[in-house]
Amino acid sequence: MLTKRIVPCLDIKNGRTVKGVNFVDLRDAGDPVELAAIYAKTGADELVFLDISATEERRKTLANLVRNVAEKVNIPFTVGGGISSVEDVDVLLQNGADKVSVNSSAVKRPELINELSAKFGSQCITVAIDAKQINGQWIVHLVGGKVPTELNLFDWAKEVESRGAGEILFTSMDNDGTKDGFANKALARLSTELNIPIIASGGAGNMQHFVDTFKEGKSDAALAASVFHFKEIGIPELKEKLKQEGIAVRI
Amino acid sequence: MKIIIINYGAGNIQSIKFAIERLGYTAVLSDNVEEIQTADKVIFPGVGEASSAMKKLKESGLDTLIPQLKQPVLGICLGMQLMCNSTEEGNTEGLGIFNVDVVKFNTSVKVPQIGWNQIRDFKSEIFNNIKVDSYIYLVHSFYAPICEYTASVTDYGINYSSALQKNNFYGTQFHPEKSSDVGEQILENFLKL
Repeated sequence: MLTKRIVPCLDIKNGRTVKGVNFVDLRDAGDPVELAAIYAKTGADELVFLDISATEERRKTLANLVRNVAEKVNIPFTVGGGISSVEDVDVLLQNGADKVSVNSSAVKRPELINELSAKFGSQCITVAIDAKQINGQWIVHLVGGKVPTELNLFDWAKEVESRGAGEILFTSMDNDGTKDGFANKALARLSTELNIPIIASGGAGNMQHFVDTFKEGKSDAALAASVFHFKEIGIPELKEKLKQEGIAVRI
Repeated sequence: MKIIIINYGAGNIQSIKFAIERLGYTAVLSDNVEEIQTADKVIFPGVGEASSAMKKLKESGLDTLIPQLKQPVLGICLGMQLMCNSTEEGNTEGLGIFNVDVVKFNTSVKVPQIGWNQIRDFKSEIFNNIKVDSYIYLVHSFYAPICEYTASVTDYGINYSSALQKNNFYGTQFHPEKSSDVGEQILENFLKL
């Protein structure tokens, strides 16, 4: 049986792991390669590396990091942040990334999704969507949630699916950093209206939140950062809890 | 032992190279027909889209070489699918090693299947010492149905072939290089054939 995935996310800036609360106030949580290896050993199903650095050398630094992770880690990982072309993706896959995620660049030029899925296959193209509610409407945001677009979350999600995205990573800006749980209503709607896997992101604070996003949110995977990085939740305990709740997990 | 990973520009091949190195072996990448023939073990990887991958194989003459190889050959993911008769992805004709046609999952399940699923009904020595229902990592939209070459079975809406074997040809739909300790054991079993 296909299991629900637990996905620690490592925000990377200049080769180091960082995680913000509501995307500001960054804190250092260690060396990404070492952290990745520990997560692989302790039962993480997959890892996401989100590069938020904005230096000239960022492409090269990221490619090196991907290579170092691929060398040490025997579980799959996704790389995102600043990816805007077929060439960007090629370099990351060649260095050992399993999937890439695109966000702003897909909003600015949706054809990118078609180009990437045609060249590399849908299965390695994740589209990340950041959204928050404005007057009761889920609106897609850019630049780490700072800039609103005209796009409605559900319309955009359906469009990226039709353009060949293999998976959607949905971050609720309303929930991110709150530790009050995932945006399960929106997640359940995405999961029902679309036929590609949905990764829940934003709001993880305790183990029950993961149970809820798999049951109520119908999520296929759940992503979190600080609760794992600061050892507030251990992945083995989390998986034991999920199993007790009747959720299929890899133990 | 000479391990060659066929390098035809199809996606993530570093991971398989690194996995082999973690097991204490070394592997070289090659797209050279003569060199590949000298290998003790051949790995035929594949991440990407079937028709463009097949086109690349044809350009380098690998499409005629691979079916003639006598040493153990392991096709992974798309590599395994291309070893079949055909695949619905891009209506692509395959290498015809496994007499089975690869088809797309129907919409009763989410497509692609991404994540960890289980393997059972083993019929190949690459599964020596692997427990029934072990977890392996898969990312795919197309699958090989159950057939006479089925070497392991996985359930995703239907039962399908998560591995195939015919003589010296082995194929895994899952990624042994990404399937934690279980995957490394399967890869090691292949390298020790």
